[in-house]
Amino acid sequence: MSLKRRFSTVLLPIAGALSLSACGINSVPTAEEEAKAKWADVQAQYQRRSNLVGNLVATVKAAGKQEQDTLVKVTEARAKATSVQVNAEDLSDPAKVAQFQAAQAQLSQGLGRLLASVEAYPDLKTNENYLNLQSQLEGTENRIAVAIRDYNGAVQAYNTRIRTFPDAIGAKIIHGAKPMTPFQATTPGAEEAPKVDFGN
Amino acid sequence: MPIALPAPAENSPSPFGLSLSKARTFPFGKRGPGRLILPLLLLFALLAFAPAALAQSFPKFDDRGVVDAANLLDPAQQQALSAKLIAQKKASGRALVVATIPDLQGYDIADYGYRLGRDWKIGDKDSNGALLIIAPAERKIRIEVGYGLEGVLTDAVSSQIIRNAISPRFKADDMAGGINAGVDEITMLLALPPEEAKARAAAAEAAVRKQDDGGGGIIAFWIILFIIFFVALPLLSRARGGKRYRRGGGSGPIIIWGPGAGSDWGGSGWGSGGGGSSWGGGDSGGGFSGGGSFGGGGASGDW
Repeated sequence: MSLKRRFSTVLLPIAGALSLSACGINSVPTAEEEAKAKWADVQAQYQRRSNLVGNLVATVKAAGKQEQDTLVKVTEARAKATSVQVNAEDLSDPAKVAQFQAAQAQLSQGLGRLLASVEAYPDLKTNENYLNLQSQLEGTENRIAVAIRDYNGAVQAYNTRIRTFPDAIGAKIIHGAKPMTPFQATTPGAEEAPKVDFGN
Repeated sequence: MPIALPAPAENSPSPFGLSLSKARTFPFGKRGPGRLILPLLLLFALLAFAPAALAQSFPKFDDRGVVDAANLLDPAQQQALSAKLIAQKKASGRALVVATIPDLQGYDIADYGYRLGRDWKIGDKDSNGALLIIAPAERKIRIEVGYGLEGVLTDAVSSQIIRNAISPRFKADDMAGGINAGVDEITMLLALPPEEAKARAAAAEAAVRKQDDGGGGIIAFWIILFIIFFVALPLLSRARGGKRYRRGGGSGPIIIWGPGAGSDWGGSGWGSGGGGSSWGGGDSGGGFSGGGSFGGGGASGDW
């Protein structure tokens, strides 16, 4: 009998603490911060692309190409894309994320058109400066893709965490956690209503 | 009465391998939910690690620095290249690995490359590793650059190396020559003394990315607590209090709660992944793989 009491006095505090920590008090904010950090990466990579666009436009212009229309469109799309930012607190708002997505998608489109039109100029295509720019743009697109994938992975982990058993308790009662919005890199129909599907 | 189904649970063994009378003090010890919670935890652990698990299959990493899965090099060339890469690693402290991949499995080489780099963990914790990847079937070349080297091996420079050093030799069917030329160029860049700004940028990046290591400390804390309470204390009191714990029917559960129990439910519920990964650290040899990560930096090319 005394053994039993002894056992429970030792075990109960630990058990209590353990069950508390299993309720997501720490793990939910950790997962949330992780997702936010990944989002910062996504934005940083988009910013990097936006910086490159300026150089690209200048290079194409300097080569004397008559692509005024495309150039203007790209410049406009870039200005618009940089004006739309989503800070980490707004990640649970699908509309804001969708807006960001749409602006970046428009710049992607313009860039694609510009790069395609340049294909028609062999001298520009062999221009070392242009080749470097192109490789930088390519690398940036890769980084964007990786950053988005990492972000979506972190969001999925977070959303799963706040909706599955032990952590859901702490997430709901203590943190009032809301699910975050995953990022769809290529949304051709940017004007359609934002679709939220978690776990994808 | 056919409805009295829950009754058999009374006699079935608890999922924690604990005798029932003692199990009552444990939070999950109530038999009904206890049986549910274990699979739930398992499932949960699986879900948490799912993103890492869905990668495709990669060739096995070889710590000599050369993984010639596509058999482009003969043994002598492999050996020479390996020696060169190990010397490079020793001199600069940064890891450069050459990989020839027979089949990209339908992935873009950039997509494949960063996953391969992450899978092999090329570079140390500062992610100062790079990969030279050659996919002869798709005729693609890629220099994959770890986070920490993005300031040194920039996209533009990587692209230049591919265009000017590697691609022309590959076009002339000189695979070994192309690989060696590329390795030489990259080695030259890696040997440059890291400038202040670059170092700082890399450090800042690494600091951001290290946030995800946070869980290890908490897990370690619990493990230590468990060891104190279930190993050290019983041992102490056994030494002091004599045979109290040794004799009689009641002693069984306590021994189960010792180290044996730790592995018993640590394996299924909490500990397993966390404990392993936080201490797993060194699987070195030539030391190319040390936890580096990749984010799509570098350049691709073809021939």
